[in-house]
Amino acid sequence: MTQMLIEAGRTERQYWRDLWRYRELFYFLAWRDLLVRYKQTVVGVGWSLIRPLLTMLVLTIVFGKLGKMPSGGRPYPLLVLCGMLPWQFFSTALSESGNSLVANSSLISKVYFPRVVVTVSSIITSFVDFLISAVFLAVLMIWYRYAPPAAVLFLPFFVLLVFGASLGVGLWIAALMVEYRDFRFIVPFVVQFGLYISPVGFQSSVVPGRFRLLYALNPMVGVIDGFRWCLLGTQSSGYWLGLAIAVIDVVVLVVSGIWYFRQTEQTFADVI
Amino acid sequence: MFDAHSTTPAITIENLGKRYTIGHQRARNDGMRHAIEGAIRAPLAWLRSRRHNKLQREDFWALKDVSLQIKQGEVVGVIGRNGAGKSTLLKLLSRITVPTEGRIRIDGRVACLLEVGTGFHQELTGRENIFLNGAILGMTRAEIIRKFDEIVAFSEIEEFLDTPVKRYSSGMYVRLAFAVAAHLEPEILIIDEVLAVGDAAFQTKCLGKMGGFARSGRTVLFVSHSMEAIRSLCQRVVWLTEGRLHRDGEANEIVEAYFNSISNERSFPCTNPDYGLILQKVVLKNARGAESSQFCPGDDLVVEISYDAQKRIEKPIIALGVLGISGSCFASNMLLDGHRPDCLEGVGQISCTFRSIPLLPQSYTVYILIRAANVRDRIIDHQEVAYFSVVGDLAEYGYKGEFLAFARHSTPVVVPYEWRLPDGTTVAVALSRPSLDGGDDISPRVGDRP
Repeated sequence: MTQMLIEAGRTERQYWRDLWRYRELFYFLAWRDLLVRYKQTVVGVGWSLIRPLLTMLVLTIVFGKLGKMPSGGRPYPLLVLCGMLPWQFFSTALSESGNSLVANSSLISKVYFPRVVVTVSSIITSFVDFLISAVFLAVLMIWYRYAPPAAVLFLPFFVLLVFGASLGVGLWIAALMVEYRDFRFIVPFVVQFGLYISPVGFQSSVVPGRFRLLYALNPMVGVIDGFRWCLLGTQSSGYWLGLAIAVIDVVVLVVSGIWYFRQTEQTFADVI
Repeated sequence: MFDAHSTTPAITIENLGKRYTIGHQRARNDGMRHAIEGAIRAPLAWLRSRRHNKLQREDFWALKDVSLQIKQGEVVGVIGRNGAGKSTLLKLLSRITVPTEGRIRIDGRVACLLEVGTGFHQELTGRENIFLNGAILGMTRAEIIRKFDEIVAFSEIEEFLDTPVKRYSSGMYVRLAFAVAAHLEPEILIIDEVLAVGDAAFQTKCLGKMGGFARSGRTVLFVSHSMEAIRSLCQRVVWLTEGRLHRDGEANEIVEAYFNSISNERSFPCTNPDYGLILQKVVLKNARGAESSQFCPGDDLVVEISYDAQKRIEKPIIALGVLGISGSCFASNMLLDGHRPDCLEGVGQISCTFRSIPLLPQSYTVYILIRAANVRDRIIDHQEVAYFSVVGDLAEYGYKGEFLAFARHSTPVVVPYEWRLPDGTTVAVALSRPSLDGGDDISPRVGDRP
């Protein structure tokens, strides 16, 4: 028979076991968000394609044609899309997960389940968009007859890295949002800002050498460079150091994110 | 009293306490901007104000020193006024929030229903919501698939299964939501007030489902304001007041004591400032005109209302009713009989006499509802404005059953009736006093007739 002990101070000894028990809820909540998202829209799932397509066009025109940024001999749309793929995942995951707890406050104050399920599900939802965009990128690469180099085998690692970055930051913001709704205004701002300080519309090699290290502190720099390296074979100097910093960033974010989330999780229902 | 496995505790609660800090939340509600801005403009003042805030924090114990043991197979009701800590107790048991002190041990799989339809999404269809809601309540996908047909059948919404629930009527919505919840198969079920919704027929069905659940030897903890539901489901009742365990015992006994207590602290005068009406008091009198709170079956009951109408109220519609532990018994209602006063103005009295009340010895409360002439506006709408109990030995009324103790839990209103038995004898029964009524021919007592 299952036994459960709820005690002041150290209640959640069975937390990880619960997480396993509620594993299907990850799927159900993500499924709900996906089902709901395009209800009563005309274009429907098409939006998942239109958004990256339009962003890609704008960035290509602004940075590639008007800004005349170097492309290293690669088609500029591909360059942009390779950067956009992880960036868009990261930014939507950020907005979605940030709102996840507050948007589900009725659930949180009425039912128990490990709260982290809600936040992670919202990241999974964003990941589905990522996959759709990835298909779009594949089609575009075929169109340009551009075969990826052997390094493409490392792509899963970078996908994991961007997932980790999204998870880490997402957990922080979701937990903070419960108490400080200010993040509702901070997140869109950071997302908008981040598009320009991350090498989405251009390559990180255009950043002057002395700022490179500082620039690499943004984990998305390492991630985007990695995506381009895997898919297009671009190489940028100081790359390994940048990658190492990105990995450390992500590990710190995930560990501290889980820690902070767990710290505050018990009082979510009281504060929300 | 209970079945074989009743010795093992299902829920053990020890010194449970939950503290909320009220000042804390007020300070945080200002948001971060305020905090940052304050800190930048005047760091010292800000720090001082923070400290000040800390001092002003008010601790509020929603629950304190509650110890309780619930055995397996017990059906326990939790009652108490608003803010007594019922919901907090459930939130702690369901792990929605954590206790400040004390501990709870639960043996068995728990399902908590604090609300009907938690997690329902308006845009999704009934079918989709069954899966979503089931998963949120802790069912696995395989489990939901297995019980899907049963859930649909119980909810009676087959034709609308693929319609978004936002198009459902509120009744359909509640039926579907309860159907999902009813098919959880926990060993311990914790329910809050879910029966307060839905139409009467469906409520009966829900009660039936829960009763079946209880009879199958599983443990139920049930919070409700409906004493009727509590009485019909629970053997044991726990009564909370101001976060503490006030009483714990046999259901009927506690419910009756609860009734006594709430009627003793009735809130007079009840007023409606918009209409300038003050009800100064409502007193109960017997046929001799003496104030009383005890009546015998068959007595006359006089409900006398003293009012002070500071503004003239034209043609008010007054209704008075008597409520027992299992719902409304009878009422006088000007909305139906049409005998409305022309107006209420100044200080005055109005009374209503209920003739020979056919009530079993139980506890009752009186409610009052005064509507404005336009029918729609309720000037006064108060439950429990007065309390009385009916006492008496039923044997005096010719009752000779072996189980007279059941009278305390039976349907309270007894209209005069007659049995006609197979051998042709007729037996008449009535709860009326021979001394007040004329004789056997008017209201016959129990007796044999040829």
